[in-house]
Amino acid sequence: MNTYWRTFKTAAWLGWEMDSNWTEPWLFGLYSILKPVAGAFILVLMYVVFAVIGQMEDRNLFSYMYVGNSFFIFVASALFGTFEVVQSDREWYQTIRYVYISPISYYVYILGRAMSKVMVATFAVIVTLVFGVVFLGVQMEFGIGDIPAFVVSFVLGIAVLLAIGVCLGGVSFVTAKHVHGLAEGIPGIFYVFCGVLFPLSVFPDWGQAIGRAIPLTYWFDITRRLLTPASGIDTTLNAFDNTTILALLFVSSIAFFGLSLLIFKAGEYFARKAGKIDMTTSY
Amino acid sequence: MTHAATRRTELRYRIGLNLRAVVGRAYPRVIGANREPSWIFFEALLPLLGIAAYVFIYKAFGEAAIAAISGGQCGRNPCSSPQEQALYLQLAYQNTNALIASVVLGGTMVAFWLNVLWSMASQLYWEKEIGNLQLYMMAPMNRMALLGGMAVGGMFMTSVRAVATLVAGVIVFGVVFQVADPLMLLAVFFVTLTALYGMGMMFASLYLLWGREAWHMSALMEEPIFFASGFYFPVGGLFRIPGWGPIVAVAGTVIPAGLGLDAMRQLTLGRTAFGGQLWIFSAEVELIILLILAVVFLVLARYALAYLEMLAKREGKLTSRHQ
Repeated sequence: MNTYWRTFKTAAWLGWEMDSNWTEPWLFGLYSILKPVAGAFILVLMYVVFAVIGQMEDRNLFSYMYVGNSFFIFVASALFGTFEVVQSDREWYQTIRYVYISPISYYVYILGRAMSKVMVATFAVIVTLVFGVVFLGVQMEFGIGDIPAFVVSFVLGIAVLLAIGVCLGGVSFVTAKHVHGLAEGIPGIFYVFCGVLFPLSVFPDWGQAIGRAIPLTYWFDITRRLLTPASGIDTTLNAFDNTTILALLFVSSIAFFGLSLLIFKAGEYFARKAGKIDMTTSY
Repeated sequence: MTHAATRRTELRYRIGLNLRAVVGRAYPRVIGANREPSWIFFEALLPLLGIAAYVFIYKAFGEAAIAAISGGQCGRNPCSSPQEQALYLQLAYQNTNALIASVVLGGTMVAFWLNVLWSMASQLYWEKEIGNLQLYMMAPMNRMALLGGMAVGGMFMTSVRAVATLVAGVIVFGVVFQVADPLMLLAVFFVTLTALYGMGMMFASLYLLWGREAWHMSALMEEPIFFASGFYFPVGGLFRIPGWGPIVAVAGTVIPAGLGLDAMRQLTLGRTAFGGQLWIFSAEVELIILLILAVVFLVLARYALAYLEMLAKREGKLTSRHQ
């Protein structure tokens, strides 16, 4: 256990240094804010354009979309932060062979490396939400009594995300450098089907079924219930109470942890068998 | 002067050499990609989902508007007659289609922009990191031919994703395009690509100077540029935001994709789409500006490459990695 913790701490420190020490702290701070805020502004402008030409305003739908998009920053960062480790160590820094043969758990190392991205994402989400409330009139209500449920759902949501990220890391062992395709595509699945920007009711039945099968859908739903309780939008998940959703998230995080171990070990096995652990696919 | 040395100064020889360099550098991108067919799934099909999300936002907006109109609300006032209600409904359908088409067109351009950032601008820095750059520098061809080959190969790879996005837009999302002037559309498209890749060539040199910051620079030029250049909404919408909106829009037009998209949207959706109130300039004016941008970026790329190569050699950083 001690080795795992030491690996995690050292990898987290390494990840933080790699992410941040390329520039001055103020520039890094600006960089960390600018990207997510610009992402949120794309939605703001989509809303503005529709309001201008459609002469329609729906503040509740806007708040729904804005909060969902803010928390989606975690999805993009946590997923990218995990599966990118294999490909950046292998293709970019070409250090995977040295780290891999060292007496540590590479799985724990990946989780540690992802931590800095989760921390930066937390900062970005807070900035985006505060910006939305102060400058864009996003309607949010958050009571002290909601804090325990929020914290538990947050921890479980991040755990599911990291487990999914490690699953992708396992797949990355045997694929070429598809970092950008994965970084866009896999979060894209969640972006579409998890009711991040629009309620699941927009989908036909098959789309709603996919959305309900993904645990992150429930994470987004409970997060919005706690932060924007007055939106009144039909998310098709109203039959589930908060406790049921937390229980679902807990079971999902355990299941995805098991799945991540399985896929990670399988990816590792096939990569070693094919001699692909330290391949480079540069074209 | 020897015969071989004399021959190397001949124009015909130099053109042939540089054309071979273009083909040689484009070759691994085209063939390498085909040898790794998984990229079609990862790089062409998966990213469609991100675009689909933006399509569904407009669908959600459209459905909300149609529900409101069907409930008797025309704009901000109640409908005064069934004719007015029918007119508003027709407009809502047209606007939703036009906005979804805007996202689909933006999605095709996103593919090219990401290719410019990650496979053009970052490429020389990447080549330095993996040790190929010194080989390129020793080779006798013009460096612009090298960048040109990268651009041609990159355009080919990216075209697959762009076509997939367009096909998905038409078949899956039922987008209707009305192309009245296909020649003009082709001209705008290719001039936009030339300007974009010219910009990528210029960045490729600058990234050599910026070193490790290059990766972060590319990452930073994703969402903010998607926003400022209106990849997912008509960029004229920015002019509706008082104060900072027009400033961001003007800054965004420095990236050729912004003006190119605006012109292509006019040419595929009709100039009267969105009531004609969300365009920046006419497509003809935008084509002229894009032509100017293309020439400027290519010339700047030429000078930036020469300057940065000299600087990198003088400071001895041309082959030093992880800086």
